[in-house]
Amino acid sequence: MQFLSYLINGLGLGSVYAIIALGYTMVYGIAKMLNFAHGDIIMIGAYIAFFALTKFALPFPLAVLAAIAVCTMLGVLIERLAYKPLRQAPSLAVLITAIGVSYFLQNGAQILWSSSSKVFPSVISTGSISLGSASVSYLTLLTIATCIVVMICLTLFINRTKTGSAMRACSEDKGASMLMGINVNMIISITFAIGSGLAAIASVLLASTYPSVYPTMGSMPGIKAFTAAVFGGIGSIPGAFIGGLLLGIIEIFAKAYISTQLSDAIVFGVLIVILLIKPTGLLGKKINVKV
Amino acid sequence: MLKVTDLKVKYGMIEAIKGISFEVRDGEIVTMIGANGAGKTTTMHAISGLVKAAEGSIKLDDVELTKTPANKIVGMGLAQVPEGRRVFAEQTVEENLILGAYLRKDKAKMAEDMEEVYKLFPRLKERRKQLAGTLSGGEQQMLAMGRALMAKPSILLLDEPSMGLSPLLVSEIFHIIREINDKGTTILLVEQNAKRALAIADRAYVLETGSITLEGTGEELANDERVQKAYLGG
Repeated sequence: MQFLSYLINGLGLGSVYAIIALGYTMVYGIAKMLNFAHGDIIMIGAYIAFFALTKFALPFPLAVLAAIAVCTMLGVLIERLAYKPLRQAPSLAVLITAIGVSYFLQNGAQILWSSSSKVFPSVISTGSISLGSASVSYLTLLTIATCIVVMICLTLFINRTKTGSAMRACSEDKGASMLMGINVNMIISITFAIGSGLAAIASVLLASTYPSVYPTMGSMPGIKAFTAAVFGGIGSIPGAFIGGLLLGIIEIFAKAYISTQLSDAIVFGVLIVILLIKPTGLLGKKINVKV
Repeated sequence: MLKVTDLKVKYGMIEAIKGISFEVRDGEIVTMIGANGAGKTTTMHAISGLVKAAEGSIKLDDVELTKTPANKIVGMGLAQVPEGRRVFAEQTVEENLILGAYLRKDKAKMAEDMEEVYKLFPRLKERRKQLAGTLSGGEQQMLAMGRALMAKPSILLLDEPSMGLSPLLVSEIFHIIREINDKGTTILLVEQNAKRALAIADRAYVLETGSITLEGTGEELANDERVQKAYLGG
C-alpha cells in the first residue's frame, strides 16, 4: 500500500506548510499585510537551531527554544522598524517593504554565515514504525503531532483568552477596537511574535526533514505556505491549517503519481482552479467593501 | 466636564472642522445637529482620538485629550457609540460586552454591570450567545450602547444612534438615552434626527460645514425659525 505512506508523508509536509501558513494568515488577518519576509524568519530559525546544536552543543529542546526566542524577537523588531512607520501608507508600499526585508535577511545571512549550505544534524531519531504495509518515520509523526498541538493551542488562545478576543476585534475593526481601549500596536506586535515563533518551530522541523541550511532556504517553503494560506482563505486560521495539509498532500501525490518536476506547477495549478471557483479560498469570508 | 476649544481637524488640505468651541457640563444631555457632511462624526472621532486634531484643545475634566492615545481615552471615562454601530460581528453579544470593559480589572463589578446592561436591553440577554452580526439593526444599536456602557463612562458619546431604525425603535432608543442620563451619565449626542434630539437635549449646537452656527437650549433651538426651516421640515 504505497498510497497510505504517500498520504502520511503528504500530511507531514503539509503540517510544516500549515504551521508557516498560520503566521501569514494571522498577520494578514490583523495587520492586513502580506509579510513576505515570513519565509526568511524560517531560515534564521534554522541557523539559530543549527548553531545551538553544533557550536554550543545544546540539547535539542533548548535549541528549539533558542530558535523560537530569536525569531519571536526578530519578528517583533521587523514589525516595529519596517512596517509600523507605514501603518497609514498604501498597501503596495508595505508589500514592497516586506520584499525588501526578505532580501535584507537573506543577504545578511549570506554575509554572516556565507552562502554555502550547512548540514543540519539529525537529532530526531531516524527510526520508523510500520502502519500496515506503510512505514512512517518518527520525524513525520512528530511533525504531524506538533502541527495538531499548535493548532489546538492557537485555537484555544484566539477563542478563549482576552488577548485572543482583542485580536479578533482588531482584525474586524481597528477603530472600534481602539474605542474599547485595545492597544492595537501591541496586538499587532503579539501577532508578529506568535507568527515568528511558529516559523521557528517550522524551521526546526523543515531542517530536520531536508537537512541543509542556507540563506535562501526559506523562500520556497515561504511561498508554498503563503499559497496554502490563500488556498484555505487568507485571514482564516482553520483555513491555513486545512490549506497547508491539502497542499502537502497534493504535492506528494503529484510527485508520486504524476511527475517530480511538475509537482510545483501542479500545486499552483490547483490553487488557480480553487481561486477561480472560490476567489476567497476554501474557508475565506466574503470581503465586504464599505461604502 | 468636556470642553472643546477652537478645534480644527484637517483631512489633507481640506479643513473639515474649522475651529469650533463647545462644552458639555456634568449631567447634561447636549446634542449636536447638522446635515450629512457637516463634520459631526469628525468631531466625535477627534474627541475619542480616532482622528488627530490639527489645532485647538479638547479637555475632559482638565486632562488634554488631543495628546492622549485613542486607546487610553476610554479608561479616562469617555466612551463612544460610533456611527454605524461597529459591533464586532464575528463575536458573540457577550464577547462584545466584555470587550467594552477591556481596560477594567474589577471582574465582580463587571458581572454586575453586565446584568445592568441586560436589564436595560433585555433582548441582548436573550441573544447573548449569538454572533453580533446576526442581530437586527436595532439590536446592534443596543449592543453598541451596552458595549460602551460596560466601560462605566462618566460621559457617553452617541453618534447617530437612530440611523436606519424604524420609528418605533427610534423612540425606544431615545427613551433609553434618557434613562442612561437619569442614572448619572453625561451625554453628547450627535443626530440627524433633529426633532428627537432637540426634544431630549438640555442644550444644543448646530454644526454647518465645519462651524457651529447656532447654540442654545434644546427648546430654544427647536423653536428657532432657521432650525425649523433647515432641520425640522417646517
